[in-house]
Order: sequence, then structure tokens, then C-alpha cells
Amino acid sequence: MADIELSYGGGNSEKLDFEETELRLGLPGAGGQKAGNGGAGKRGYEETVDLKLNLAAKEIAPMNLGKDQKKLLPRPDDSVKPPAKAQMVGWPPVRSFRKNIMAVQKNGDTEENEKGSGGVGAAFVKVSMDGAPYLRKVDLKMYKTYQELSDALGKMFGSFTMGKCDTQGMMDFMNESKLMDLLNSSDYVPTYEDKDGDWMLVGDVPWEMFVDPCKRLRIMKGTEAKGLAPKAMEKCKSRR
Amino acid sequence: MCLFQSIMNYFPEEVLEHVFDFLTSHRDRNAVSLVCKSWYSVERCSREKVFIGNCYAVNPERLIARFPRVRSLTLKGKPHFADFNLVPHDWGGYVYPWIEAMAKNGINLEELRLKRMVVSDESLELLAKSFPNFKSLVLVSCEGFTTDGLAAIASNCRYLRELDLQENEVDDRKGQWLSCFPDSCTSLVSLNFTCLKGEVNVAALERLVARCRNLKSLRLNHAVPLDVLQKILAQAPQLTDLGTGSFISDPDSETCAKLKNIMKKSKSIRTLSGFLDVNPRCLPAVYPVCTNLTSLNLSYAPGIYSTELTKLICHCEKLERLWILDTIGDKGLGVVASTCKELQELRVFPSDFYGVGNAAVTEEGLVAISAGCPKLNSILYFCQQMTNAALITVAKNCPNFIRFRLCTLDATVPDAVTNLPLDEGFGAIVQSCKGLKRLSISGLLTDQVFLYIGMYAEQLEMLSIAFAGDSDKGMLYVLNGCKKLKKLEIRDCPFGNAALLADVGKYETMRSLWMSSCEVTFGACKTLAEKMPRLNVEVFNEGEQIDGSPDGRHRVEKMYLYRTLVGPRSDAPDFVWTL
Repeated sequence: MADIELSYGGGNSEKLDFEETELRLGLPGAGGQKAGNGGAGKRGYEETVDLKLNLAAKEIAPMNLGKDQKKLLPRPDDSVKPPAKAQMVGWPPVRSFRKNIMAVQKNGDTEENEKGSGGVGAAFVKVSMDGAPYLRKVDLKMYKTYQELSDALGKMFGSFTMGKCDTQGMMDFMNESKLMDLLNSSDYVPTYEDKDGDWMLVGDVPWEMFVDPCKRLRIMKGTEAKGLAPKAMEKCKSRR
Repeated sequence: MCLFQSIMNYFPEEVLEHVFDFLTSHRDRNAVSLVCKSWYSVERCSREKVFIGNCYAVNPERLIARFPRVRSLTLKGKPHFADFNLVPHDWGGYVYPWIEAMAKNGINLEELRLKRMVVSDESLELLAKSFPNFKSLVLVSCEGFTTDGLAAIASNCRYLRELDLQENEVDDRKGQWLSCFPDSCTSLVSLNFTCLKGEVNVAALERLVARCRNLKSLRLNHAVPLDVLQKILAQAPQLTDLGTGSFISDPDSETCAKLKNIMKKSKSIRTLSGFLDVNPRCLPAVYPVCTNLTSLNLSYAPGIYSTELTKLICHCEKLERLWILDTIGDKGLGVVASTCKELQELRVFPSDFYGVGNAAVTEEGLVAISAGCPKLNSILYFCQQMTNAALITVAKNCPNFIRFRLCTLDATVPDAVTNLPLDEGFGAIVQSCKGLKRLSISGLLTDQVFLYIGMYAEQLEMLSIAFAGDSDKGMLYVLNGCKKLKKLEIRDCPFGNAALLADVGKYETMRSLWMSSCEVTFGACKTLAEKMPRLNVEVFNEGEQIDGSPDGRHRVEKMYLYRTLVGPRSDAPDFVWTL
């Protein structure tokens, strides 16, 4: 993962130059490795890139469609619509210097600003995935179940698992061996930061109770999420 | 004609030279050079300020041969779209050969202004050591140097007046470059290091400010805290241009109170910028200088909400230039419109790139500004949405636009009310603004908008197009119609070979043409290059080498062509193919 971030030496290494990464489909291992560490993650990038390029192609509708079709609104249709707008290289046209300043300042956002900047009724949270060169944002209010969220994140970040959800959308939490299997796999699991600043496994509470406390999402490797489980289980026990 | 000629020849050259001294614009001097051989000769020997819009159009040797007395050189390197990461790293634009040649030839260089060039520490060191009268260094959107290079400038340029760094990518080496200004340096008039990311030695800064009594312009970086700002201002009441560093403090603290008092005494400040890291509740400290401000830049401060922005702007009735973020909102722009009757230039930048925020402006804000600010002539406006009706209104209200750049955050968004393309709106702008020199368009656009541009934009010199048009006709309308076009940059448009090759002679009348992600093929570029030996036609894909001879039918990812007197450049990297 480090390779990707440092693919530009010198002064560019600290920049979030994800646009450049986006174009670099020739990354070592991208799409090549199917198994092993990081394989899943890198596949994810390709899918992410593909998703972006698809959207970019839709934005370039004028190029591909005939005149008549062009008069119709070239909006991406709902089936491909991501929760957050995909980035196009160099759009909006703003110098890196300015973008970097905004990025730095956004990281210092207060808790109130982190969520809900989409206006009334929206609940935007940042989503990061370990090893991915950039973050995304999702509006939790767009989804009604964990499965929907999982699908959306899956499209965003590729191969990814939330384990099995039962009908109420809660993970079979009290079955420790199942949980351990999940955590020991090299699959990715979603975690979230709650109001107290604790990192929890996603799926432990009913969906309606999840949206409000959730401040941030982080998709970590199953093996790294191990340390969360006991704490999450404690919290879960105390809630029941 | 013969009589006239002999009368002109009767004037001794000294007289001609004296007359030419009054000509400062390089365009005027260029025109004068074309009159006759003797005028050319007098002019070239007396020209001190040289402007080179494309560093690869000529070379250092020709510069020196023609203008041996050059004292001030302005150079521009990379194409404009390099600012938006569309030009691969290492494409070119190195300043070193220029500095080296001038040093070798004993040029008495005093001023160097560079834009989008690669400037190495080595170049800066050579610059600092080769020109004893060097006074002014201005770097805009450049890269390749570190604070070590700045240290060399500070140490060696004994008469340095101006060090102005605007939005460059500088590696901070944690050195003490500021401390390198010797105690004997008292000549600074302008110092701008806003873009530096690292710490500075504030004690050295304070001493420097104290001894440079002519310091008029000082722009700090985020590492300079508020209490230091207050001390500096106390030492420099003569400042006319201030860029604050970090503007964070407890608003009830003594520091803030002291700052406000000092601001009351800083009666000369006309330009205010900075506010990187700002606590909005400290902003009232600057209200005392607002009444006299002519230029205000708050565009680096996303943390200030609309209400606080408008409270500040209410005090700024003399404002002529305002750079702001879209956090100001349409209502805030309404306040600007009713307060800033002297406004000439407005730039509204986007605050939210990575998410989908609601902090944005719409056509309402633009209309309000156009209605309230009769002197408005230059605008850069990033907006969530736009309508034809609004643009038509703006065109009626403001026929004096010289620069009009509209950028919809969604590149192909249609009219927000009618869902039609924005052709009519931009058409109204070009029809009404007869002096328009620069135009950037965005939103859903068909060939029709280019028909209008070709028909009406008679003074247009620079046009930026993205995700627009339906066919080659669009590009052809522009190439045929805009007689004064100098720079055309196009990305992601369906313009292809027919448009590119229709009038190859046109490109020698222009500085450059950029086309990326269009329909132009390798074969067409090659044809163009063969027909026009005085153009460099550069073709490149994203950093990948072009192997062997690519199929002529393959689309080219990026093409940059420019007129030149010196043929293909020798410093092109492997992935750039000059045809």
C-alpha cells in the first residue's frame, strides 16, 4: 500500500494526488493478484477506478452520444449513482495549492461539521479504507439497512465483507467463533467511530440506532479489527 | 513615404530612444520594432523589460542577442492546464538554462518573474551569485525548489527588494532561510512567503521587519502566530499590503485586543489576505482597516461562515478586488453587491472538493453582484448551478467584462430551470461584452455556444473549454471567428482532425493550443507538424512512453502545440513526442 502513496517522489509525496493514482492502472499487482495480502484491496482500487471512469464517461456524454440523445439530461442513472460525486481529473479546475489548503483545514473539522454538511436530512460521514489513497463520503440517510450500505461501500471500494447479517441486520455477535473466523480472514471489515470516539465494528446494533452515533467509517483489514471486538462486545453487553 | 523616411532618419538615435522610453507595454514596443530596421535596432538595444509568454518559443541565446540590455525578464513555462494536474510531471519548463546563459553573458539582471516553471535550488543559487544588482524575484505556481534555494537568495542578494512566492510547491528543509538575510539587508519592500509550509524563525522575521523601513508588502505563512503578527505590525505601520499568518487566538485575550489597537494605527493597509487557520471570532480585530481596503482575499479560509464574512465585508466599502470562498453563499454575495460599489474583480472559489456539501453559490449570487457592482470587469465564479436567464441578465448589467470565467462544479450541468444547454447565456455574454479578452465556459454546451463565440468575441485572446460541443463545427467556429485568439485550451470535447487541420496557418498567429481527451489522432498531429515547421507539436499520454511509430489512427491523449522560432526543444522527456 505504501508503494502507491509514495509513487511520486520529492515534494509530491505528501500530496493527496489521487487523480494521478487514478490514471495509473498499471500499478503493481492491480488486478493481477487474486489472493494474499492486499490482493483484495488492490482489486478494490481497480473497481473504484472503473467506477470513476464509468462516471467520467457519462460526464463525457457529449462525445459518445448522438445529437438527439445529447439533448436529454446526461445525468448518471440511479443504478450507478454513487452517494458522493466521483472526482474527475482536474475538475473543478483549482490549483493543487488551494486544494491542499482546503484538505488540511477540513481535517481539522469540528464534530459538528463532520456530519450533516449536506444540509437538513443528510448524514454524510467520511469513509476510509486501509491502503486506499483517498477517502470518500457517504450519506447514511440514503440507506435503510446494513446490506444497502455494504453494497454501496462494496461498489466504492471493491471486495469487502460485512459478514452475514440476519433479518434484523445485526451480526450474530454472541457467536464468538463465527466472529473470530471473520476477523481472522484477510477480508476487510467495516468499523465506525461513535460519539464517544470509540472504534466499533459495524453491525452490532439495529440500523436505526447506528446512523446517529456513527461519525466516521473505516474499512480495515479483518486481522487489524481483532482488537476492536472485545471492546465492542463489552459495549454491546452493556446496552442489552 | 520617402520624405517621411528621411525625416525619421534625421532623428538621432538618442532621441528615438528617449521617445521609446515612454513605451512600457511590451506590445507597444513590439509594434514599434516592426516599423523599420532602424527603429527595430534602437528599440532592441534599449528594451529593459522582456516578456516571454512561452519559454519554448525562443531560447536564451536569442533573448540575449536581441535584447542585450535586458534587466527584467518574465517567463512562463508549462501550459495553463498544468495547474490542474493535466500535464505530466517532468514535462519541462526549466529556468536553469536561462539563468546560466544570462550569467555567462554578463546580463545585468535585476528582476525575474516566473510562472509555472521548474526552478531548482541550483538555479536559485546561480541566480543569487551571478547578478550583483538583482532586486526582485517573483515565482507563481512554480515548483522544484526548497527553502535552501531561498536561503541562497536571502544570503547573496544584497539589494533584494522583492521576494514574492505565490502558490508554489516548495519543499521545506527546516532550515533557517529567513535568518539568512544579513543584518545589512534593509532594502526589502515586498516579502511574501504564504505558500511555505514550515516553521520560520520569528525572531529573525521581527528583526528583518524592524530594519526594513521601506517594507510595504508582507505576507506571512501559517506558522506565524497572531501575537507575532501584532508585534510585527507595531514595527511596520507603513505597510500597505498585509497577509496574516495564522489568525487563531482567544478572542477575549490581550493579544486580540492589542491587535485591534495596532490595526487602528495601520492606516496604510489597502490589501489584506492570509487567514490560513482562522478563528472567526478574532476577525473583528481587522475591522479598523476594512474601511480603506481595496483588495481582500479570504479564499484560504473555509472555516469562516457566511454571517461572519458578511459582517466583515459590510465595513469594506472601497473594495475593488475580492477573493472569497463559496461559503459566502448567495445572500452574502447580496451583501457584497450592496456594499462594494467600487468592485472591479470578484473571485468565488469552491470550498468543498471531496464531498457533497451545500456550501455553494448559484446564479442568484452572480446576478446580485452584476446588478450591484457597476464597475465589475473581471470574474471567476465556481457555482453549483447556472441558468441562461441569469447569464443574460448579467450580460445586460455588465457589458464591461474583460475576463469572464464561469465554472460549474458539475462540468456538464444544464440550465437549472429549463434543463437546456447554457449556450444562450454565454452567447449573451460574448455579444454584450465587446471588450472580452478571456473566457472560460462550463455546463452543458453544444456547438451553438461556439457559433456565438466565433461571431461576437472579437477581442477574445484566451478561451478555456471543457466537456463541451457536439462536433468539429464547434472548434471551427472559434478558429475562424476569433481573430485575436492567442491561447486555446480544450479538454474532453468531441473535436477531431477535421477541426485541427482546417486552418493550419491560424496556429502561427496564436501562442499555443492545448487539446486533451479529444478526438484528434496521431496521424493528424503528424500531418500538422509536417505542414508547419514553425510549430512544435507535442504529443503525450499520461507519462507513458510512446513506442515505435504508433498507429496514425490512434487517438492522442494530450496534444500541446505552440509557435516557436527555435524548433523542437532538447529537454523534452521520453514520454513527450515532438512530431
